[in-house]
Order: sequence, then structure tokens, then C-alpha cells
Amino acid sequence: MIGSLAALLAFQLAGEILVRLTGLPLPGPVLGMLLLFAALLARGRTPAVFAETTHGLLAYLGLLFVPAGVGIISHLDRVAGEWLGIAVTLLASTALALVATAFTLRYMLRRQGD
Amino acid sequence: MDRITRVWVYLAETPLLWLALTVGVFWLAQQIYHNTRGFALLNPVLVSIGVLVGLLTITDTSYAVYFDGAQFIHFLLGPATVALAEPLAGQAAELRRAWLPIVVALSAGSLTAIVSAMAIGWAVGLTPETLLSMLPKSVTTPIAMAVAEEVGGLPSLTAVLVILTGITGAVIGIPLLRVLGLRDPLAKGFAMGVAAHGIGTARAFEHSERAGAFSGLGMGLNGALTAILVPLLVWLLGF
Repeated sequence: MIGSLAALLAFQLAGEILVRLTGLPLPGPVLGMLLLFAALLARGRTPAVFAETTHGLLAYLGLLFVPAGVGIISHLDRVAGEWLGIAVTLLASTALALVATAFTLRYMLRRQGD
Repeated sequence: MDRITRVWVYLAETPLLWLALTVGVFWLAQQIYHNTRGFALLNPVLVSIGVLVGLLTITDTSYAVYFDGAQFIHFLLGPATVALAEPLAGQAAELRRAWLPIVVALSAGSLTAIVSAMAIGWAVGLTPETLLSMLPKSVTTPIAMAVAEEVGGLPSLTAVLVILTGITGAVIGIPLLRVLGLRDPLAKGFAMGVAAHGIGTARAFEHSERAGAFSGLGMGLNGALTAILVPLLVWLLGF
């Protein structure tokens, strides 16, 4: 388990370093994810211990967003002043993005299937 | 009384209190969520944030003091993002087969998320700072904050709007797509990741491993595309 954690941190570190060297418009962890993905494909199969660690971490993904979300407390005045506009925009735009993505993908998959 | 004051002074100074409360409150919120069989409005992220904001307000604690403790959890977002590669590698065969539909759907979803936020936000009269902070709302916090900074929004407000978008997508996503007759877990998962980043992905993993894996993919790809599209669209449309 500690080896898996070390591997995750090493890929994150590699991502952070590469982003700074190349100036790519990506956060380090996202590049780290792409590098790990490539490494796992090259290796062919994922060690069971490693899968256990990633599943353990991803099972509580929601928790990891709580500290940033509590930051709303610093913006209560702005959010309270514009709450209706913010709510309408977030809700409508998120619904549109969900529908556009899901139905485009289904349409394209069906077209490819024919 | 003096002893209670001393205990409070100790607790107020150590990061332990808010770290323990963040984990504890989330655990409780998750228990409630499972006991109500996943009632969507009781989303554990939403409930935890509400309870913790209440606790901070009651105890008159600043966000900086709270974050001193909570930063240890916040840090794990990095390794967790890297870890998304593992479920994704399990879907490699499907990915190779469906790469073109995925690229087309990603472009459609990413553009819809940004342009609809511009149009609707402008129509309802959001202030310019709020509107600019809103544009990268569908992508994961670190990318969204960097993009907001670049186009003249408020990064800390963007972090909040990103979380609210994630919660919105997690709450409405699966019921909305089901009502519209969409069954495919691949399309459902990918859309959750594109529109609602990591919080949508957490919800997609509850639905199925396959939906979660494609949600992680959607989140990663849209993060990259949005980082390019938002500054470009802001420049083109002269916001």
C-alpha cells in the first residue's frame, strides 16, 4: 500500500515538474494522471495492490472537495447578493452541458456502430 | 469554566480540531445519504459544507484557521486525480474503439458548458467579476482557478462556483439523463465528468465502475480543453 502511495505521489511530482518545464496549460496532477495511464497501458496489467489503493482513495473522492467548498464562507456577501442569477446560470448551464455531452456521445457511438 | 476555556484555546490553535470535524461530518453525512438510499439532495459533499459553514459561523472561526486543519484533506486531491488513471486503464479497449465519439462529445460538452454560462449569466445580469469567475465552472478546482486568474475573475470565488457546479451535476445528472431516456453508462459517466468534474465522478462511481472510469476521463479531458477555450472565447467575444 505504501508503495502504491509512493507511486501516485511520484507521478504527481513528475506531472508538476513537467508542467513547469514545458509551460503546458494543465495542472500537474492531470498530467500525472495521463503519465500513469500511459505507464499502466505499457505495463499491460495493473498490480492488485495498486488497484486496492486507488479504489480506497477514490471511494472518498467527495470528501476531498469539502475544504475548498467551505471557502464559500468568504464569499457569502457576493453569493447572497447575486444568488438567484448564480443559481439559474449554474443549474441551466450544467444541465445543458450534461445533455449535450451525453447525447452527442450516444449519437456518435450509434453512428459508429452502424 | 477556566478549564473549559483552556481546552477551547488549545483546540482553536491546533489543526486537529477542524481536520477531525471535516472527516467526522463527512462520515455522518455519508451515513445519512446511504440510510436514505441516496436521496439526491442529501449529497454528502453539500451537507458537509453546509454543516461546517454553520459550525464556523457559530464559533466565529475564520476560513484561514479552518483551512489550516482541512488542508491535509485538500492536499489528497492531487494523488486522487493521479489515481483516476487506474480505473481508466481498465477501460483501455473501449477507449481505443470509441476515441472519435469521445473527442466529438467532449468538444460539444465543453463548448456548451462555457458558452451557455456566458449567455445565461449575461442575460440574468451577473456582475462582470462573477460572470468571468463562472466560465471555468465545469472543470476541476486547480485548473478552474488558474483559468479564472488568467481572464480576470476571482479565483477563490471560482473555487466555490466549481464546487456548487459539481454538486449540481451530481444531484441532477443521473435523474435528468434517465428521464430523457439515456441508459448507456459510458455516455452517462462521460457527461458527468465533462459537466461536473470530480464531484460528478464521485457520483458516477456509485452508479458503476464503468461510468466512474469514463467520468474521470471526461473530467481530465475537459480540464485541458477548458484551459484553452475559456481565454480564447473571452478574447474572441471581447468580454
